[in-house]
Amino acid sequence: MKIVMQLDELSCPSCLQKIEAGVGQIKGVNTAKVLFNASKVKVDFDETKVDQNKLVDTVTNLGYEVKGVKVK
Amino acid sequence: MIKYINKHNNQIALMTGILSALGLITIGLLKIKVGNYFFLLGGIIGGVPIFVKAYEALKIKVISIDLLVSIAIIGGLLIGEFEESAIVAFLFLAGSYLEQKTLKKTRNSIRKLVDLAPKTANKITNASEIEKVSVDDLKVDDRISVKPGGQIPVDGQVVKGKANINQAAITGESKLVAVDNNKEVFAGSIVDSGDIEVKVTRIGDETTLGKIIELVEEAQDTKSPAEKFIDKFAKYYTPAVLIISLVVFVVTRDIKLAITILVLGCPGALVIGAPVSMVAGIGNGANKGVLLQGGNIVNQMSKIKTFVFDKTNTLTNGEMVVSQVKEYEELTDDDKRIINGMEQKSDHPLAQAITKYFDGQQDSIDVITIKGQGLIYQETLLGNELLLNSNGVMLTEAQKNDLNQIQQDGVSTVLYARQYKLKAIIGISDVLKNTAQESLDDLRKLGAKNLVILSGDNKLAVNYVANKLKVDKGIGELLPDQKLEYVKEFQHKNPVAFVGDGINDSPSLATADIGIAMGNGTDVAIETSDIVLTNTSLKSLVYAYALSKKTTNNVKQNIFIAIVTVVLLLIGLLLGVINMASGMLFHEVSILVVIINAMRLIKYNYKS
Repeated sequence: MKIVMQLDELSCPSCLQKIEAGVGQIKGVNTAKVLFNASKVKVDFDETKVDQNKLVDTVTNLGYEVKGVKVK
Repeated sequence: MIKYINKHNNQIALMTGILSALGLITIGLLKIKVGNYFFLLGGIIGGVPIFVKAYEALKIKVISIDLLVSIAIIGGLLIGEFEESAIVAFLFLAGSYLEQKTLKKTRNSIRKLVDLAPKTANKITNASEIEKVSVDDLKVDDRISVKPGGQIPVDGQVVKGKANINQAAITGESKLVAVDNNKEVFAGSIVDSGDIEVKVTRIGDETTLGKIIELVEEAQDTKSPAEKFIDKFAKYYTPAVLIISLVVFVVTRDIKLAITILVLGCPGALVIGAPVSMVAGIGNGANKGVLLQGGNIVNQMSKIKTFVFDKTNTLTNGEMVVSQVKEYEELTDDDKRIINGMEQKSDHPLAQAITKYFDGQQDSIDVITIKGQGLIYQETLLGNELLLNSNGVMLTEAQKNDLNQIQQDGVSTVLYARQYKLKAIIGISDVLKNTAQESLDDLRKLGAKNLVILSGDNKLAVNYVANKLKVDKGIGELLPDQKLEYVKEFQHKNPVAFVGDGINDSPSLATADIGIAMGNGTDVAIETSDIVLTNTSLKSLVYAYALSKKTTNNVKQNIFIAIVTVVLLLIGLLLGVINMASGMLFHEVSILVVIINAMRLIKYNYKS
């Protein structure tokens, strides 16, 4: 499954590394990609191994407000 | 706690600012020593959010700018430089805030596109009533109603009514387009006048607009070689600054100097300068129907010297029309009815042009088709010279001359004979776009050295277009793999862009340094090309070329500004005229300067 999270404006390039590393470590996540300029996180994950809420919580706990979520 | 701090960054910055100001007033004006405590408090409060960010980055083994600034602030507080610590914290926080606000502006162009997609639709229910629903609730095959002033929320097909619509969101051209039954319409278009019912074919991210948005978002994050280099550089640069300042401390035992180096070493403008220009440039293009698929593409496009055109659909309209009729005997209405009736039975591309030209009544007749020659109906012949000859109609010398003359101009011909006499020669050609000449001239003015036409069309037609437009070379009757060989040959000399319709010639599109798909926003075009021009105007090709040059220049300016900043700071440090606080101010200002410089690209518009 794929989830796209819309975040508040990202302005520091290190946020990108932080989020990609943070989400990428979770079990069941195949790929995590941050679109810096669009301020979006795209995660490809296995829904049998990890719940999408856990992904959103992880990003929130890293200090970034998740403003919208789209799942495909 | 961390969440709370992150959320209230702005308030913390404001508080640090107020405390610093109070400190300046009490000490500077009132000469009260107690003022120093304002600075101490400001340094601590303002430092907290920076410490938090530095710690978070360290957790994933990233040495961030926040870490450099954190150490500088803590060091300043430890040696009693409260004033400088507080001011550095304030400037860093306020700078981040301003960066965020201005960055948002450079990214706005894409947001404009996103906002073009309406969130609600007027669905027509089974009971033929109109119900307002969220776009997400629509399904394929649902019917929706769109009234004047309303936006089309999905991709679909008109099933009822007529309207004039503005498709600028997709094509960048705000000229109104008339649509009626069976015509395809795209999400983001605005109905100017008229009233239509649309059957939904694609929703949300699947729509053409959705795909364009996704493409641009990905493009803005695809980096140019220069950006990649800077990223790599910054990765080692920041830790290097940390080590240098440590070495300086060990050698000189001067904490103040060591922490000043930390602040001056922040790689601010250098890291942000190039990407911010690319984002603004790519965003500008997206609003004009020019989709540049990444910073690397912008960079490559700016260096193109050879443009190769596939003639049909790029330089010409790709639509055959009757361009001349040479009559030897006046064509009567009866003649026209027969011509129309005969061509109606043919699926040859020339036939469509003829029926369109002789628009009117037609007889329903049975024709005999002779392959490679033409059509026969009773004593009427419609086809090439061979058809006439083999049916006993011979052309006079004068007629043969006329025929040759017309064909020399790259025009296809159809001969019309009745009762064993040639009555007319019908000339059919693909019409040059009216902006073709002007656009090619503009390309040359902007720096193109070599303009070439490679076409599968017949040699005469290609030569005619090549001569008319004064291009450097025009070669016809080529197969796709032959075109590819030519592209490779040109590439030995200088970077080549291939301009096609995005459907044919995928090998050439892929091999050329830049593949440009014109007048086509389909998946195939997006996949096989580097630049997608969503409308068919050659002017958007010129725009893509001019914009990529402008954007690349902007990147260079920003890198220059960033390097000059670092050099000036270094000189200032050596001369002893710069301290931690003024260094930070200089830094933040340079970051804002590069962002503002990039913002000029948002408003950029090419005029020839």
